[in-house]
Amino acid sequence: MTRTQVAAVEGLFTLDSDEPRLIGGRARSRSSYFFPKALAGSDPACLGDEIEEVLLSRTGELWSYTTGEYAPPAPYVIPGDEFEPYVVAAVRLAEENLVVLGQVVEGVSVEDLSVGMEMELVIDVLYSDEEHDYLVWKWSPTPMSENGDD
Amino acid sequence: MDEIAILGVGMHPWGKWGRNFVEYGEKAARDALADAEVGWDEIQFVSGANSVRCGYPGYVSASTFANALGFTGCQLASSYAACASGATALSIARAQILSGVCDVALVVGAESTPKGFFAPNAGERHEDPDWLRFHLVGATNPTYFALYARRRMELYGDTSEDFAAVKVKNSRHGVFNSNARYTKEYDVDDIANSPMVADPLRLLEICATSDGGAALVVSSLEWAASRGVDNPVRVSGISTVSPTYPNSVIELPYLASDSWAAVGDETMTFKDNIAARAYEEASVSPEDLDFAEVYDLSSAYELDWYEHIGLCERGDAAKLLRAGDTSLGGRIPVNPSGGLGAFGEAVPAQAIAQVCEMVWQLRGEAGHRQVEGAKVGLSINHGMFGHGSSVICTR
Repeated sequence: MTRTQVAAVEGLFTLDSDEPRLIGGRARSRSSYFFPKALAGSDPACLGDEIEEVLLSRTGELWSYTTGEYAPPAPYVIPGDEFEPYVVAAVRLAEENLVVLGQVVEGVSVEDLSVGMEMELVIDVLYSDEEHDYLVWKWSPTPMSENGDD
Repeated sequence: MDEIAILGVGMHPWGKWGRNFVEYGEKAARDALADAEVGWDEIQFVSGANSVRCGYPGYVSASTFANALGFTGCQLASSYAACASGATALSIARAQILSGVCDVALVVGAESTPKGFFAPNAGERHEDPDWLRFHLVGATNPTYFALYARRRMELYGDTSEDFAAVKVKNSRHGVFNSNARYTKEYDVDDIANSPMVADPLRLLEICATSDGGAALVVSSLEWAASRGVDNPVRVSGISTVSPTYPNSVIELPYLASDSWAAVGDETMTFKDNIAARAYEEASVSPEDLDFAEVYDLSSAYELDWYEHIGLCERGDAAKLLRAGDTSLGGRIPVNPSGGLGAFGEAVPAQAIAQVCEMVWQLRGEAGHRQVEGAKVGLSINHGMFGHGSSVICTR
């Protein structure tokens, strides 16, 4: 059976399979960035109508990382039948100096990570039901950093 | 900033009692009134710190507590600012007193908490960062605490043993506090043997969710003097600031930090600003402090606060800890009450409980956990979404 792939939440990221990007906001007046765009209010120099939609950098530097060893409460949806621990990363986007959270792709453990290493954005399945795969952005070590100069 | 007097303090012990939160608030309020030797019928204003976990009565906490004590026609205000609710409620009482609207006020906060992780409100809300972080990332509160902890390890060389030592220290303080939920003294092995929750933090290093209640009776200095209280503990500064853009640290419950691409730099953080405002209002500097009550949501989080309140340079907190400076008997004891490590968190009561501890310390009534000769104390925390909370008390 083929499931339809849809974003878990619309409007936060592109579904481009090769070069997915987060959809953020940028203030025209002074090039400050926001994610999600809807939270652009935090810069007092910006008015809402000055915010343009931009695609944010796909890569950045690992700011910090951790694990989730216990199942979070709803609205987290446990993928599959049983809860599996997962890794969470906070990555500082190269261009924007903006730290963004995300889960880390399966198969990467905290032992594989260190602050400062390069990470890239990928699209992955967050959870599925009978008809849909619900997609989200995740972080993955870039091929270069995996080859190991950390 | 003009000061107000704290005439009385009261608490309902922290625990997992599973009873109506109103009971905890009422008990704390009655104790505070008795401690102040002020009658309930003399209170002109009640400032309630709300709970969002106890149904509608929690959203109108001042009315709820006033009803429990008996309606007298006094003025009310109920406020919510997440973990900063208690300091916000105190700041509203101070404003009422200093503006002359009232002379004497009661500040109350209490909560009854469910077991396990705090969860967002029900419903599907794509614009609510609190909903998004759970749904899209599975980012619980300990996720954020652990991100900060890991960063300390990689930037400053802090170790898991350092983090465990914070919990050990606070548990030693909590042994002497009859209002604390945990009065067992833990050692480093207990912590190392507890389950990992969010690497590198283990279960015993993460603040529990607790039931509890705390209350203060506050008044103008003139009203205190009219009751023969000439040397009360004073509220000398309160900070309820928002972050200043850009805040480079990713804070609960957001998916991203602010950007420091256009203005500011990576050293700008919310938690520095919170303390700065309190120091400014109180005309006090970090060197003047005799002790501090900081929000140890995790063991490692306490170390962040040492730096944010100016006890040391950034990165040096573990040195202070290792030297014993922040233990009872040390140069600047931190969390003599036992902190959240010994209490767990009862959200709207917690910032008020921090002030209760300051009052007992400044009166010299803290028993075995007394900081000798304490004259100046600071409490600090912050409410998620960006509510600062810091109080400086002096005597």
